[in-house]
Amino acid sequence: MLSYPFMQNAYMAGTLIAIISGIMGVFVIARNMSFLTHTLSEIGFAGAAFGIFMGWQPLNGMLLFTTISSIGVGELGAKSSRRENSITAISALAIGLGILFLSLADSNASYATGILFGSVIGISRANVVQMMILSISVLVVVVVIYRYLKFDSFDPIGAQVKGLWTRTLSVIFLVLLAFSVSVAAQIVGSLLIFILLTLPAAAAKYFAHTVGMMISVAVVFSLIGVWLGLYLSYVTNWPVSFFIAVIEVLFYFSALVYQRIRA
Amino acid sequence: MTESILQLKHLSFAFPDKQVLNDLSYDLKRGDFLSIVGENGVGKTTLMRLVLQELKPTSGTLEFLPNRQAVPVGYVPQFRNVDAEYPLSIQDFVGLNFAKIGLPWLTAKERRRVNEILTETKLFDIRRRPLGQASGGEKQKAYLAQALLDRPRLLILDESTASLDPIAKTELLDLVKQINEQQQLTVIFVTHDIPLARRYGDHYLFLSPGHYEAGNISELTNEKVGAMNNA
Repeated sequence: MLSYPFMQNAYMAGTLIAIISGIMGVFVIARNMSFLTHTLSEIGFAGAAFGIFMGWQPLNGMLLFTTISSIGVGELGAKSSRRENSITAISALAIGLGILFLSLADSNASYATGILFGSVIGISRANVVQMMILSISVLVVVVVIYRYLKFDSFDPIGAQVKGLWTRTLSVIFLVLLAFSVSVAAQIVGSLLIFILLTLPAAAAKYFAHTVGMMISVAVVFSLIGVWLGLYLSYVTNWPVSFFIAVIEVLFYFSALVYQRIRA
Repeated sequence: MTESILQLKHLSFAFPDKQVLNDLSYDLKRGDFLSIVGENGVGKTTLMRLVLQELKPTSGTLEFLPNRQAVPVGYVPQFRNVDAEYPLSIQDFVGLNFAKIGLPWLTAKERRRVNEILTETKLFDIRRRPLGQASGGEKQKAYLAQALLDRPRLLILDESTASLDPIAKTELLDLVKQINEQQQLTVIFVTHDIPLARRYGDHYLFLSPGHYEAGNISELTNEKVGAMNNA
């Protein structure tokens, strides 16, 4: 299996995606941003479609759209109820635009399913390199602002009292999230990104009680999902996102059951 | 003469539709335990937001002495977003307050300080318990420990005991009083519980709509409370 270059690329890209998603996911869960992550992935879809329409790499279109909108959402700030409604509106607009760009670009249907549901064969070595650069940038920033991010995500009231620049921090986090979403979309597809960015971390929360341990557990859960998913997809020729979704959902429900038994 | 650490001079604050504080002056001394009392809505929380510099006075001044940097403030609010599923251990939660750029993990010295404060607040034995599964009193102690971690000189308890049962209230305040006396930590205790204010405070600041009164805690009599509230 690993003698095929496309599988090598898929495994390299998949490993990066799993690591980034596991780390970012812990903060996504702590900050209650599952919903926003889902929206960012729809915006990513619009961006990818726009990229195809413009004749760019879909990843570049995605980065452009998700980054701009994450800064927009951060600035939107304000009351969370109003934010939820605005996010729904933005999400509707994004899906509409995505469909428009795809139809204008006159590309074939398989390209569209590739963006939406992800694909294994679509990833070139150049993609892997670009994803690696993006992932490393995200990692470096997370390491540098780790303690701030941790405080602000797990105790926003305490962080505010301490006088941390919580507003700026939340914009930085959203931009990091935009990068992560764009990277992860390459394999799992924009519709299913939130699986990797939420479920492993949501499950990890029941097994670990420090931020560091939660990140480790979440990374392990997403690595298992991605590696096993790629293998099963190779063997059965079924979509990789299907397997990743099933595996992560299993982790999540096992975590719930574990919690129930222990309580 | 004990030094002042916070001086309020003719402090007033008004929201666009409501005057909340009017010409308030108070000189807070180092090591004082000041109980701020009054009914809901008289401006206790507004005053704390002014102290924390989240709001600016409409007129008058509020000055830390010798300067703002010399008086780190610890703040324990009544509510925190910590539900039953909150995952972090008490130890990890307390350590969050060591927030700075750079090294992701805590240094050995920082870990020692976390353990020291956990011991001081009697949380050391349950330090690995997830905060979400701790009792109300243990949670408040963890908030207190977090606020005390980087050695503040002024500690603000903002209705921190309001949701606790009587035993947990006493336990928390005994602990604060002990630190107040041993380490000369200045405490502002915001409450609407007059008996508690009287039991632990050295001085009081009584806020009522449009007025205020301050003095030694022994002068805070029931008659006075009744008269102020009816004024």
